[in-house]
Amino acid sequence: MNLHAVSVVYHKELTEWVRDRRTLISTVVVPLLLFPVIILGFSYLAVTLVGKAEKEIPKIMIIGGEDSPQIVGALQKIDTLKIVPYAGDWKNQISEKEIRAAVDIPPGFQGSLEKNEEKTVTIYFYEGEIKSSFGAEHIEKSLKDYRDQVVKDRLAAKSIATTVLTPFAIKQQNVAPPEKVSGATIGGFIGYLVILLCMTGAMYPAIDLTAGEKERGTMETILSSPVSRTDLVLGKFLLVLSAALATAALSVLSMGISFAAMRYFNPVGQSGRGETAALILQLGPKPVLLIFAMALPLAVFFAAALMTIALFAKTYKEAQSYLTPMTFLVVIPAVASLLPGVELTPKLALVPILSTSLVCKEIIAGTYHWNSIGLIFASTCVYAAVALLLAVKMFQREDVLFRS
Amino acid sequence: MIETRGLVKLFKDKKRGEIRAVDNVSFTCSPGQIYGLLGANGAGKTTTLRMLATILEPSDGTAMVCGHDVVEQPQKVRAHVGFLSTATALYPRLTSQEMVEYFGRLNGLREADLNKRVAEIFERLDMNSFRDRRCDKLSTGMKQKTSIARTLVHDPPVMIFDEPTLGLDIMTARTIIEFIRECRQRGKTVIFSTHVMSEVEKLCDVIGIIHNGKLLAEGPLAELRRKHSENDLEEIFVKVVGPLYANAEA
Repeated sequence: MNLHAVSVVYHKELTEWVRDRRTLISTVVVPLLLFPVIILGFSYLAVTLVGKAEKEIPKIMIIGGEDSPQIVGALQKIDTLKIVPYAGDWKNQISEKEIRAAVDIPPGFQGSLEKNEEKTVTIYFYEGEIKSSFGAEHIEKSLKDYRDQVVKDRLAAKSIATTVLTPFAIKQQNVAPPEKVSGATIGGFIGYLVILLCMTGAMYPAIDLTAGEKERGTMETILSSPVSRTDLVLGKFLLVLSAALATAALSVLSMGISFAAMRYFNPVGQSGRGETAALILQLGPKPVLLIFAMALPLAVFFAAALMTIALFAKTYKEAQSYLTPMTFLVVIPAVASLLPGVELTPKLALVPILSTSLVCKEIIAGTYHWNSIGLIFASTCVYAAVALLLAVKMFQREDVLFRS
Repeated sequence: MIETRGLVKLFKDKKRGEIRAVDNVSFTCSPGQIYGLLGANGAGKTTTLRMLATILEPSDGTAMVCGHDVVEQPQKVRAHVGFLSTATALYPRLTSQEMVEYFGRLNGLREADLNKRVAEIFERLDMNSFRDRRCDKLSTGMKQKTSIARTLVHDPPVMIFDEPTLGLDIMTARTIIEFIRECRQRGKTVIFSTHVMSEVEKLCDVIGIIHNGKLLAEGPLAELRRKHSENDLEEIFVKVVGPLYANAEA
C-alpha cells in the first residue's frame, strides 16, 4: 500500500465530492436545513394550532336540566364556556362544528342529588376533533368542581372534615438519573438515526465513485495510471466513509440544535420533544464520542459493502436499483432494536447493525457494559474488514470492471 | 520499446462460451516508430492495447514495455505508458489543470517538477485560456487537448492510442494526428489502433492487420503493397481479411 497514492486519490475524490450539487444537498443541506425546518416548523405549527384551540371559548349546549336549576346555573356562571340555547339537532351541530360539545343532564338530577341517589351526566363530543375535545374537557372540569363542592357541603352538614376522603397521600418518586429515563425512551432512536444516516450518507458517493465512474468513462482513464488498484479502492473508500460519518455527525448536530432551539422558544414543550433536547444537551462528550466510535466500524462496513455492490452495476441507475433494497436490510434490524423487550444478549451482540443499535441505546441510557461494547466493536470490525477486503478483490476483477 | 510475445486473451460469455478475443499476437515496436494496428470493429485491437496498458491481464503470453513485463510489473509498465482512447474520459468536476495535475501526482511527480511540467504542456498545447475551466464545460477540442496533456504529464517513453479520433470532428482529429506525429519526432514508441485506412497511410511506419484476434499480416506499407501487389491499403486489407470475413459471415 502506498499512502501517498491513497492520499492523492482521496483528495481528488474529495474535491469532486464537494463540487457536486447532489452531494451538497444530501450531505449538508438536508441535515443542516431540513431537520431544523421540519422540527421547528412542525413544532411551531402544532403549538400555534393547539394554543388557538385552547384559547377558544367553546360553545356548548345543555340538554335537559329544566328541573335542575342549580347545576345549570353553575355551568352558566363559568366564563370559559358559552352556553347556547337548546336545539333538537345538537348532534348534527357537533358534527358540523357549530357547537363543540353538549352536556345531557338527566331528568330529576337535582332531586336525586338531594336524596343521595346516583345519576349520570353525559358529555357528547366529536372524538379526534381537538376543539371538541377541549370543549368536553372544559365541561368535565366544571362538573367535577361542582361535584367536589357538593361533597364538601355534605361533609360540612355532617361536621366531618374533608380529610376523611384522603386518609393518606400517595407519591411516586423517580430514582433513575434523568439520562436513564430519557435513554430508555428515546435512546434507541438516536442510535438508529446515526446508523441509518451512516448508510444513506455512504450510498450516493459509493454509487458515484464506482458505477458513476464506469458510466462517465473515467474508470479506464484511472486504471491506465500507475496507481495500484488497492490504493485506488482505499482512496475511494475513505471518501465514502468520510461522507457517511459527515452526514451522521451533521444530522445529529443539526437535530440537537433544532431541539434545543425548540425548547428555548417553547420551554413548556409539547408532545415531549423538549425531553430530547434536554437529553442531547445533557449527553456530554463521552456517550456521543462512544456512539460515534461504535458507529465507525459499521460505517466502514456500509462504505465497503455499498461500493462492492455498486461496482457490479454499469450505470448509476442500475446501482441505485441494487442499493435501494439494501436500505430495508439496514432499517429492519435497526428498528428491531427499538422494540420493547429487545435487549442486548451475547448472541445478539454478534448480529451486525442490531447489536450497534442496541448498544447505542444502552450508552445513551448511561449503562456501559464494557464487555458487550468490546465484543460488538470487535465483531463489527471483523465484518467491516471482510467487506473492505471484498471491495478490494472486486476492483481486481476484470469481468466486474468491464462488465458489458 | 514494445515487444509482445504470443499474447492471448480469453473472455467467458454465458451465451457464446469462451471467446478468444486475442489469439497469439506477437509484434515489436521500436522507439521513434509508429505501429498501426488495423482492424475492423471487434477484431481485438482494443483488447490488445488494454493488455499493453495493463488494464487487462493476458490469459497467456506476455509483453515487455520498456523492459518491464506487463504481467509481472504492471505498475512499472503504466508509469512508462501514456494511454489515450475515446473511452478514457475526463473527470467532469475537475478543472483542466487539476485533471492533468492529478495524473502527474499519481505518476509520482514532485510538486515543483509537476508545476513546471504542467506550465510547459499547457503552453505547448495552447491550453492556458481554459486551464481553470471545469472539464464538463469544455468543448470537444479542449477535452481532447486535456486528455493529451494528461497522457504527457509524466513524459512517458511509450504512447498507446486506441482509436483516438473516433467520433471527433475533422479539426479535432487533425490535432490528435499532429500530436501522434510529434510523439514519433520526440523518439517515443507509439502504437496506434484504427479502422481508418487514411490515418494509417499518413502515420504508420509499420502496419499490423488484425482480425478475429489474430495478427494476419505485418510490415511497412511499402512491403505490404509489394507482397499483395496492391497499391491501395483498403484493397490490401480486403485481400488479407476478406476470405476469413466471408467464412465468418457464412
